[in-house]
Amino acid sequence: MAKTTTLSEPSAPTREAEFTTVSGRIVQPTYIGEDVAPADLRENLPPPGEFPYTRGIHPTMYRGKLWTMRQFAGMGTAEQTNARFKFLLSRGQTGLSTAFDNPTLYGWDSDHALSEGEVGKTGVAVDSLEDMERLFDSIPLGDVSTSMTINAPAAWIFTMFLANAEKRGIAFSKLRGTLQNDILKEYIAQKEWIFPPEPHLRIITDLFQFCTEHVPQWNTISISGYHIREAGATAAQELAFTLQDGFTYVEHAIEAGLQVDEFAPRLSFFFNSHLDFFEEIAKLRAARRIWARHMKERFGAKNPKSWLCRFHVQTAGCSLTAQQPEVNIVRTALEALAGVLGGCQSLHTNSMDEALALPSDKAVEIALRTQQVIAFESGVANVADPLGGSFFIEKLTRDIEEEAEDYFAQIAKMGGMVKAIERGFPQQEITRSAYEYQRALSDNRKIMIGVNDFINEDEELLIPILEIEESVEPNQIASVRKLREKRDNVATRDCLDALEKAARTKENLIPHMLNCSRAYATEGEITLTLIKVFGEFREQSFF
Amino acid sequence: MSEYPIKVVIGKPGLDGHDRGAKVVARSLVEAGMEVVYLGLRQTPESIVAAAIDEDADAVGLSVLSGAHMTHFKRVRELMVDQGLGDRLLTGGGIIPTKDQETLTALGVGKLFGPGDDPGTIAEYIRDWVRTHPRMEAK
Repeated sequence: MAKTTTLSEPSAPTREAEFTTVSGRIVQPTYIGEDVAPADLRENLPPPGEFPYTRGIHPTMYRGKLWTMRQFAGMGTAEQTNARFKFLLSRGQTGLSTAFDNPTLYGWDSDHALSEGEVGKTGVAVDSLEDMERLFDSIPLGDVSTSMTINAPAAWIFTMFLANAEKRGIAFSKLRGTLQNDILKEYIAQKEWIFPPEPHLRIITDLFQFCTEHVPQWNTISISGYHIREAGATAAQELAFTLQDGFTYVEHAIEAGLQVDEFAPRLSFFFNSHLDFFEEIAKLRAARRIWARHMKERFGAKNPKSWLCRFHVQTAGCSLTAQQPEVNIVRTALEALAGVLGGCQSLHTNSMDEALALPSDKAVEIALRTQQVIAFESGVANVADPLGGSFFIEKLTRDIEEEAEDYFAQIAKMGGMVKAIERGFPQQEITRSAYEYQRALSDNRKIMIGVNDFINEDEELLIPILEIEESVEPNQIASVRKLREKRDNVATRDCLDALEKAARTKENLIPHMLNCSRAYATEGEITLTLIKVFGEFREQSFF
Repeated sequence: MSEYPIKVVIGKPGLDGHDRGAKVVARSLVEAGMEVVYLGLRQTPESIVAAAIDEDADAVGLSVLSGAHMTHFKRVRELMVDQGLGDRLLTGGGIIPTKDQETLTALGVGKLFGPGDDPGTIAEYIRDWVRTHPRMEAK
């Protein structure tokens, strides 16, 4: 009989002195029962669907309903993006996700000076209700759920979406979808802000309140770690800063007089799935556990729906390479599998060409097919939390949870997340991690295939690359200018004035934004109206 | 020239908020012994060139991942030439297709870097360029 190796024995020579995750966490050669905290077995690992939901939010997970396959799409004009939406639906996608161009994300119209060169480039240009009508033309908004990735001007882009539904006779109560609407991570990572934090937080709370009453099936926010991770954070930093942002929104809404169980069930999350397979799964399991516990024990939520951390996952854009781009299909498949094993509610798989350009039809189809292989061929969707009880996974889940709790304590000492952001704390933590990761790549301590090892010197680019036509920008500018001439400008002006007046009081701003949208006020006009009251935010630059 | 450290002005023109690469490169250039002025986000071509003049920079680095690289690199290069910085390097990085890089090179823009390029290579490129392209007048 072969002798059993025990951990106390001197170990055989290894390839590296120590083995670490993508986030730099040291991992042991193997894990044994004693590595799992007794408390985990006692309290934290009931079956899926039970508090604290470490193992998933539903008892049967994907047996009941598969995750929503939701590819982020948007480029050029509203018509082009509408065509991409229909293409994806025809290939079996089950939800829509809208990517807006930079001017739209910053609240500016296509003819604003700062929009030059950016219109329609990395997403679709939306200036007014008119573009929204074209964007969702003949898409059944009452049947398919729609996600919109927009933050600083999220509320007034959403009211354009509502005004469009209203014109088409679709009741607000039938609309399902998600508005990203997460401003705190903009200051931390993605940098698409307009005002200082407080007015943005007020508008977010206004939207929570409005949707609770009028758009009850809508996810009012998608509290996002994705961008934090892409900016260079580790898995634990992504988790900690995202959940801390979530707590901050809850605190603000409670301070504004909302009952936690009124709005908390519509809060949703958005995480990255990077290449380190087990660490990502553990992070997603830890997210559910931490959120459930804080919502129940700290914020006193009584409705179990308020305890659920429901999340979208996107595979890691920053893990993709411009070199040998076909290999990105494999990376994305592994990351998507981690997202599914981590129990996501919806998933975007990146396309192989995303380190080069926006995805081509071909590339996005393969990305969607990757999800379908996981869902329908691999068998992993048949059993909920199949990795639950693994010594390694349970230990990692607890370690990441503890690391996140340490960050919560540090941020609390700083006076909360807004204060921490103002002094640049999460930003500096992320910048440090990004630099350390780059160092590890430069020193070949971490390997990226085709980048710092296994390089193909004679590589030729063999995949199609999507180009945005140069005519998009002048056409879009002409279109928004024409709109300003043909609409009822007296009505538009009145609505904007009413919005400005309301912004100076504590009144809920969403109904006013809806009126402006109905009157075809442009996004930039609404932004400028609010800047008059709230001012603009300026960042301190450091590296 | 060699007694002065090479000075690089780095900025992000336009609305693009992806600053991970710009910050990592900025820090790597400092580690490589250069002086770096990082202007941060939401710069205009005008503000970047004005800073390059104020700082008497040897090189200007733009980071553009927004697809607006043709607009920004072209405009910054034009302004540099117009305002007496035609003998300084304009380089940068982002998601920039090879075809566009070739067009920009023809307009006098230096090498552009992309995902996977090592920051060490960028430092080396800037140092070599500055060494082989003496200024019109002594510093």
